[in-house]
Amino acid sequence: MPKGSDIFLQNVSKIVVFLVLAFALYLFFTGHSSPGGGFIAGLMSAGALLLLALAYDIETVRKVVPFDFKLITAIGLLIALGTGTGALLFGQPFLKHAFGHFDLPLLGDTELHTALIFDLGVYLAVVGVTMTILLTIGEDR
Amino acid sequence: MEVIVAVIVGILFAVGIYLILTQDLLRIVLGTSLLTHAVHLLLMTMAMLKTGSAPLLGRGAEDIVDPLPQALILTSIVINFGITAFFLVLSYRAYQKLDTTDMERMRSESSRHRGRSQ
Amino acid sequence: MNNWVVAPMLIPLFTAVILIFLHNKLKLQRWISLISALLNVCAAVFLLYQVQHNGIQTLNMSGWAPPYGIVLVADMFAVLLVLAASIVSSCCLLYSFRGIDEQRERHYFYSLVHFMLAGVSGSFLTGDLFNLFVCFELMLMSSYALIVLGGTKRQFRETLHYILINVLSSTLFVASIAYLYGATGTLNLAHLSMRIAESGQSGPITAVSALLLVVFSVKAGLFLFFWLPGSYGAPPAAISALFGALLTKVGMYALIRTFTLIFYHQAEVTHMLIGTMAIATIVLGGFGAVSQTNVNRILGYNVIASIGFISLALAVSNEDALTGAVFYLVHDMIVKALLFLLAGILVAETGTERINRMGGVLTHSPLLGWMFLIASLAVVGIPPLSGFPGKLLIIQGSLESGQYLIAAAGVLLTLMLLYSLIKIFILAFWGKPRRLRESKWKQTPKLLLSSAPLMLIIVLLGVFAEAFMPYVETASSVLIDPTIYIQAVFKE
Repeated sequence: MPKGSDIFLQNVSKIVVFLVLAFALYLFFTGHSSPGGGFIAGLMSAGALLLLALAYDIETVRKVVPFDFKLITAIGLLIALGTGTGALLFGQPFLKHAFGHFDLPLLGDTELHTALIFDLGVYLAVVGVTMTILLTIGEDR
Repeated sequence: MEVIVAVIVGILFAVGIYLILTQDLLRIVLGTSLLTHAVHLLLMTMAMLKTGSAPLLGRGAEDIVDPLPQALILTSIVINFGITAFFLVLSYRAYQKLDTTDMERMRSESSRHRGRSQ
Repeated sequence: MNNWVVAPMLIPLFTAVILIFLHNKLKLQRWISLISALLNVCAAVFLLYQVQHNGIQTLNMSGWAPPYGIVLVADMFAVLLVLAASIVSSCCLLYSFRGIDEQRERHYFYSLVHFMLAGVSGSFLTGDLFNLFVCFELMLMSSYALIVLGGTKRQFRETLHYILINVLSSTLFVASIAYLYGATGTLNLAHLSMRIAESGQSGPITAVSALLLVVFSVKAGLFLFFWLPGSYGAPPAAISALFGALLTKVGMYALIRTFTLIFYHQAEVTHMLIGTMAIATIVLGGFGAVSQTNVNRILGYNVIASIGFISLALAVSNEDALTGAVFYLVHDMIVKALLFLLAGILVAETGTERINRMGGVLTHSPLLGWMFLIASLAVVGIPPLSGFPGKLLIIQGSLESGQYLIAAAGVLLTLMLLYSLIKIFILAFWGKPRRLRESKWKQTPKLLLSSAPLMLIIVLLGVFAEAFMPYVETASSVLIDPTIYIQAVFKE
C-alpha cells in the first residue's frame, strides 16, 4: 500500500468508487429520455478514477485502467463520428438516428437506439479527455 | 426573478473582469471561467425562467419549458470545460517554463528579450 | 437535402481521429493527411459544381426541419472559401513534411491541423449562429494547441495572450447569442433574417449587432488586432501560414455573412461603424507593416491591413464592392499562405527574422526571390495577378456609391503594402550576401515546390479572372439579396 495517503480515504474509496461507477452506468443508460447521458456519465467515471488517484496514487489508476487515455478519446470520437456517418449509408441526413424495439433475453421488450452508440462515443471521449488532462497535471510534481 | 438573476449575472461579470485584469495567471483563468458562468446564466435567463415539464410527446403541451437554451448551455459548458482545462494545463506549463505566474513579469522579460535581440 | 454538404467537415474530422492512433508512424501520418486534404479539395470542387448548377445546397442535420434543427448551407460564397481553405491546407501540409520538426509531428501536429480544418469548413458551411460558435471553438482549440506546439518561451507568452483574447471574445459571442435568442426566439441565420426583416431592426437588435461586430472583429483582426502580429509570428512557418490564411478569414466571413444576411437594415449605423473601423485598420495596419523590420511581423500587419480592405467592401455593400470582396477574400487566403510559406524559407535560409540583417538572398536562391516578388505584386494588385480584379471592383464600388474616403483608403493601403513588401525584397534579396548558410540548404527546393501550386493559382486566378467571375457573381448575388438564401433554407 502506498504510503502518505489517508487510510480512511483509501478504505472508503474502495467502496465509493464502485458506487460512483454504478451511478455513472445508470446515468449513461437513462440518458436518452431523462436527465443523464454520455457526457455526465463520462465525467462521473472520470471523477471515480480521480478519487482513486487521490486515495492511492496515479500509478494505481494506471494499473486499474491500463489503457492510453488519448487512444480512448480517439476511439470515442471515432464511434461518435461513425454513428453520425452511418446515417449517410442509408441515404438519411447526417446524424439521423434510428431506434427499434427488440425482445432480449432477461430484459424482455427493450428499446434500442443508435443514439446510445453515439453516447458511448461521447462517454469514452469525455473519460479520455478528462483523464488525459488530470494525468498531465498530476504526473509531474 | 429575472431581475435578480440579471443582477447576479452583472456581479459575476464584474468579478470575472476584475479577476482577468489582475496580474496573476491563475486568477485570470478563474476569471474567464467565472465569465463563462455568467454568460450561461444569461443564456438561461433570456429564455424566461419558469418551472414546467420537458417538451416530450405525451407530457401535455401546457407549460413546457423551451429546451433549446439548455441544450446551448450544455454545449457551451462542454466547450468551456475543455478550454478552461487546456488553459490551466498551459498556465502550469508556462509557469514551469517561465518561472512566474505574473503576467507583468512575463511581459517585462519578453521586452528585455526583444531589446537584447536588437 | 444533400449529404455532400457535410463532407468538407467530415473528411478532416475522420482523418484527425485516425491520425491520433498513428501518432508514432510519421510516414503514414503524412501520406494519410495529404490524401485526406486532397480528397477534401475534390469534395469542395464537387460541391462547387453542384451549387453552380443546382443552386444552394442544404442539409438538415438529423433530419430536423430548418428553424428547429441545425442546418448546413452551402451557398457559393461558403463553398468558394471552403475550396480555397482546402487548397491552402493541402499546400501547407505538403510544406510541413519538410518544414516541421519530428517532435511536433509526433505531438499530433497533423491531427490538430485537420481538426482546425474541420472547424474552418464548419464555420463556412453552417447556417446556425450557435453552430457557428461551436465550429469557431473547434477551430480555436486546435489553433491554441498548434500555436504552443514546440513549447518555447516566446510561444508560451504569445499563446497565453492569444487564448485570453479569444476566450473573452467567445464569451461575448455567447452573450450576444443569448440576447439575440431572447429578442427574436431563433438562432437559424435565415430565420433570424426573416424575423428581423418582419419586425424591423430595433435599437436593441442593432446594439446586439454591434456586440457581434466586436466579437467577429476580434477574430478577424479588424481594428481589434493588437494580439495578431505577435501570435502569428510565434509558431513555425507552416502553422503561421495556416493561421494567416484561414483564421482571420473565418472571422471576416462571419462578419460579411451576418451583416449582409441579417443586420442590413440599419446600414447608416452598423456599416458606418464598420467603415470607420476598416479605415482605422488600414491606416494602423499599413503603418505597422511599414515600420516593422521583422519579416513575420510585417506579414502579420499585412494580414490585418487586407482584412481592413475587405471590410471596406462590407461598409459600401453594393453589388460591385461585394463581388470584389468575394474575389479578394479567395485571393487573399491563397496569397497570404504563400507569403508566410516563402517567408518561412527566407528565415530558414538566413537564420534571422530581421530584414536589416539579411541581404543578397537573390544570388543564393533566385527562385525564392522571384516567387516572393510575384507574391508581393499579387498582394498589391498588379494587373495580371489575382489581387487586381478584387481590388478594382471594391474601389469601383466605393466610387459608385460616392464614398470617396473609402476609395482613398483602399488606394493608400495599396501604396503602404507595396512599400512594406518591396522593402523586404530590397533589403533581403538585393545587396551584399551576408549571414547565409555555408552550403545551400537542401530543403529549399522541396519547400519551394510545395508552395508552387499556390503560386500557380495566383497567376491563373489573375489571368483567367473572366472564367472565374461567374462563380464570384453567383456568390455575391446571395450576399446582395438575402431572400435567395432564405428560400434555399426553407424550400424543403
